[in-house]
Amino acid sequence: MGNDACRIEVRPKGGLRDPGAASISAQVYELFGIRPKDVAIVRAYSICGSVSDEEAEMLGRELFADAVSEEFSAKEAFYPDYWRVEVGFLPGMTDNEGNTAREGIRDALGKEVEAYSSRVYALSADFDDDAVVGEIAKKLLANEVIQAWKISPPGEAAFEPYLPRVELDHAPVAGEIDLQVSDSELEAISKSRTLALSLEEMREIKAHYAKPSVRKERERMGLGKGATDVELEALAQSWSEHCKHKIFNAKIDYSEEGEGVEGRAERIDSIFKTYIQSATDEIRKPYVVSVFRDNGGIIRIDHEDDIAVKVETHNAPSALDPYGGALTGILGVNRDILGTGMGAKPVANINVLCFGMLGDKDVPKGCLSTRRIARGVVRGIEHGGNMVGIPTVNGSVVFDKCYAARPLVYAGTVGLMPHAIGGRETARKEIRPGYLAVMVGGRIGKDGIHGATFSSQQQLTTGIAGSVVQIGDPITQKKVIDMVLEARDLGLFEAVTDNGAGGLSSSIGELAQMSGGCEVWLDKCPLKYPGLDPWEILLSESQERMTLAVPEGKLQAVMELARKHGVEAAAVGKFTDSGKFHIFYGKNTVALLDMEFLHEGAPQMRLKAVWRKKILMPPNGLPADHNDALAALLASPNIASKEWVIRQYDHEVQGGSALKPLMGECAPSDGGVVRPVLGKKWGIAVAHGICPKYVEDSYLMALNAVDEAVRNAVACGARFGYLACLDNFSWPDPIKGPRNPDGDFKLAQLVRAARGMHDAAVAYGMPIISGKDSMKNDYYVDGSKYSINPTLLVTVVGKVEDVGRIASSDFKEVGDPIYVLGTTRLEMGGSEYFGAYGGVGEGMPSVNLKENALLYPALSRAIEAGLVRSVHDVSDGGLATAFAECAIGGGVGAELELSLISKETDEDAALLFSESAGRFIVSVREKDAFKFEKAMFGTKVKKAGRVRGDKRVVIRNRGNGLINKDVYELKDIWRGALKW
Amino acid sequence: MVRASAMVLDGYGINCPYETAYAVRASGGEAKIVHVGELIASPKILEEYNLLILPGGFSFGDDLGSARVLANRLRHGAGEALRGFIGSGKLVMGICNGFQALVKMGLLPVPDFRQRVTLTYNSSGKFEDRWVRLAINGKSPCVFTKGIEFLDLPVRHGEGRFVPSGKEVVEEMLGKNLIACQYIGPGGDVNTYPYNPNGSVGGIAGICDESGRVFGLMPHPEAYNHFTNHPLWTRNGGKGGEGLRMFRNAIGHIESCL
Repeated sequence: MGNDACRIEVRPKGGLRDPGAASISAQVYELFGIRPKDVAIVRAYSICGSVSDEEAEMLGRELFADAVSEEFSAKEAFYPDYWRVEVGFLPGMTDNEGNTAREGIRDALGKEVEAYSSRVYALSADFDDDAVVGEIAKKLLANEVIQAWKISPPGEAAFEPYLPRVELDHAPVAGEIDLQVSDSELEAISKSRTLALSLEEMREIKAHYAKPSVRKERERMGLGKGATDVELEALAQSWSEHCKHKIFNAKIDYSEEGEGVEGRAERIDSIFKTYIQSATDEIRKPYVVSVFRDNGGIIRIDHEDDIAVKVETHNAPSALDPYGGALTGILGVNRDILGTGMGAKPVANINVLCFGMLGDKDVPKGCLSTRRIARGVVRGIEHGGNMVGIPTVNGSVVFDKCYAARPLVYAGTVGLMPHAIGGRETARKEIRPGYLAVMVGGRIGKDGIHGATFSSQQQLTTGIAGSVVQIGDPITQKKVIDMVLEARDLGLFEAVTDNGAGGLSSSIGELAQMSGGCEVWLDKCPLKYPGLDPWEILLSESQERMTLAVPEGKLQAVMELARKHGVEAAAVGKFTDSGKFHIFYGKNTVALLDMEFLHEGAPQMRLKAVWRKKILMPPNGLPADHNDALAALLASPNIASKEWVIRQYDHEVQGGSALKPLMGECAPSDGGVVRPVLGKKWGIAVAHGICPKYVEDSYLMALNAVDEAVRNAVACGARFGYLACLDNFSWPDPIKGPRNPDGDFKLAQLVRAARGMHDAAVAYGMPIISGKDSMKNDYYVDGSKYSINPTLLVTVVGKVEDVGRIASSDFKEVGDPIYVLGTTRLEMGGSEYFGAYGGVGEGMPSVNLKENALLYPALSRAIEAGLVRSVHDVSDGGLATAFAECAIGGGVGAELELSLISKETDEDAALLFSESAGRFIVSVREKDAFKFEKAMFGTKVKKAGRVRGDKRVVIRNRGNGLINKDVYELKDIWRGALKW
Repeated sequence: MVRASAMVLDGYGINCPYETAYAVRASGGEAKIVHVGELIASPKILEEYNLLILPGGFSFGDDLGSARVLANRLRHGAGEALRGFIGSGKLVMGICNGFQALVKMGLLPVPDFRQRVTLTYNSSGKFEDRWVRLAINGKSPCVFTKGIEFLDLPVRHGEGRFVPSGKEVVEEMLGKNLIACQYIGPGGDVNTYPYNPNGSVGGIAGICDESGRVFGLMPHPEAYNHFTNHPLWTRNGGKGGEGLRMFRNAIGHIESCL
């Protein structure tokens, strides 16, 4: 007998421990104080299609349940006497497991069906009423932004299929909007459609439509006087802060106020041109291949290979759905790399996360708990990297309460591309009129609509979240990567880009600038379900899609290749030289815009920036015993080992891992090194710097971030002189307004940070090859505003000439001499040491760029000569912390005499914990000591200690003992502090 | 002499074919990366090879259980070809996700398409990346592990806990020395976390069939293809890519026995 819908439940066989269920049980106790008697997780599948009872049994046996470890039921519910909470996706959300089930059923039965996955959490406990269970469902088991749930009390379990089908009872239509209206009506249009366009921009658009030439042409094409919704949405996307970086390109009047401030005033025409682009222009490195104009920057590595690099943020979505937000973030930046030049193969991922404090119970209303955000984000990154097969080689986690409402998720990818294929440079895209626009990858749904304008909005509330949050599909993405790279090598396309924010509107619209126009055929786009309006098809940000520019004669080959890889592909438009962005839905024109107006029409913003110097208080009381301070620092979240997170990421896949995030048992690395081309001895070092703690002077924050990133890269063995960097600015709203009275100060902080970025990059001769900004990291609720501290991430990549010569951070052998490189100064402002005792303090690290620019190349050469046995940069927690980490990593004792180091202070606490930039701890073989000193001649290098035969970590100043601890005790503190 | 020629499967989320093919070539064999779809479309192409490798990855996202859908697809689409391949004395190796597929297809520990053992969620409940030490069973008929006593390799999986369907399966495996390698701790113990990274019964990391020519393991030998892969290489100078020994063994067997 055939059914229209059926359901299959799967559970572990009795006696087999389910670690997932054990974890849920522990969290129920942690969050609600109830210790369940039993918790079980049931996987459920609901199938819509003609499946007989026998077939359902067969599917349960062969497809859904493991023959050894699981059992299934196709007739009745498991755990009918428990509270059952069934959690499934909302209609339209990506259901990867459901999609795989559909494929598996096709293999097994040869039938096309619909399949949906859900989870049943079966809880046995004495709950007072279903309200408690509702709280557990809402706060722990489900995320209401993406999922729905149903609670069945004991004895009331139903065995109904859960079928979250999208049924849109809607005939697609292109609307027309009259723009010849008042200012307030213009503003209302922008607001009600979530366009994020300012009044000035709306007026610009209004004026465009009022032009007689525009009117005449529209009349000729059968269009009305107003704008179509497709046009208005495309303009809003193209002009959005997310895509256009209006703040970075604004005209800014900058001034300074405050005691002891010289009161500098200047006019800046575009932060980007003035500070970022100009730095790269001034530096002029021969290995720079492509900067700023593509999805990622490209540098040359050897005569055959280039690398492409890009770092993105995915902040707003990660606040609402941490797992989906982080997952789509990492997959999105992979696509940026796949869409750089003619396409690069992702070979390394980087992620830097900023969270609120894990222990904080009070988060702003409407926000998820920090622990939940952290767990979800880590899982998203794990799936995004591990499943696609890209090693996660470098990252960090920064904790500060300012990130509680708005976590930051930076995701970066390094790609490898041959410099040329068949004589054609791969950095160059080329589009001629007549080439077809072919979309490959996933289908289009309502997901992600307004992502570009949403992240450009002034606030984040959950009201409009439903459509902007989405879940990535790592496996579809992997298939797309495989297919695009094979097509590239076969020469099947002439340009490629990703579909990120703004969807087809952005991808085809931007590529069309190369030919001078395009047509898009919206009715030819593969849809997940019918009922989408034309503008939704154009703007949808459904994931895992790339756009290729394909000469007509190669279309068939592209389609065949797509079939082989199991990837959807469709020709959805054509590149032209008409000067028009011309969108069709069937035979009807639904948008006709001048390319120039679409891309260049947005008016330049004019903004004011005022910097005010603040007075910063140091902490009140500091501990008398420095051993206590060191222990406190090693356990503090920004310093403690991140091993718990790191081990969940795959750092070995692709087989070229050389410097892992953790070496030996637990030694922390300053960055990562991989050999992307197996069989060659060069490697790529990836490192970063991020120091939001110096936010009160963002010029110094930027200098320190660049210095930290360079220091880390050099410590990893990258050659100083063969580095490139990327900037990622995550800022609170820097535009002054009634709700944002200090916007002008935040803008001034942005100006100063960009200036610092410029000065440090130029001093180190390091080109800035790509960057990104995320400008509205604020959260408004009940009249309160929660803003992040301005946060700059600097990522550095560099070439390692021979990976076999690099060193890790751990001390190696008893008797090895230890050197301290660089100068220690009284620079405790913003330090972890002051922070641990509740203060900030004046005197942030000033960064001596000149001194460092002499030290770094010497260290690079010493490493390349194989003279360095261990090297570790000195940063968070100062010299004492870095020294302890070197000893912990090696499982050895070590001693240091501070009076011997290069220093400009004699204060014990400062010598131990000051965070002056430009410093390293190095150990060498006794026999290499002289050679090392010779290689470092003329720099600030002092021999100041040695590796001990016992297990004590000892630091003295002029013979006085300041630190004396057992290395295993320190290791337990540092390694055990952070788990969530 | 027969030249060793490996088909390295790819596609649908398999994600280690590049380094696996490299490992074969660096060990003296030929390797071709072939999409699973191509094999299903014409299973006969398998005859051109004498070594089939199912590399690591997350085929079909491990939805419905690791490698479950890949196992079904291969069994439905190329089952007969696989039977013939194994029957003619050729070699099959499954690494990580590929091992899961072999087990779930019912090709290990007995290649008769009946599942007897499984690999399920790690006891820790987490995906973990860490290096482990393997103790090799010198009495095992496994051709891949010949002459190796201990081997350090990375594991990178969330579903590697080896669970047999019953006592008799374990007894058969013990009796025939089908347990080719086990995780081992510093004291020789096979059950202590994290040396046994996933809670596998008896520390089982890899098994073979009675002929020793079908072999699967959770750790990744292809990821130890160079001395700089080992996490201790910056301390002890490192040894060559020791993971390649398994590939060299396979190639040696093909060259001398086929």
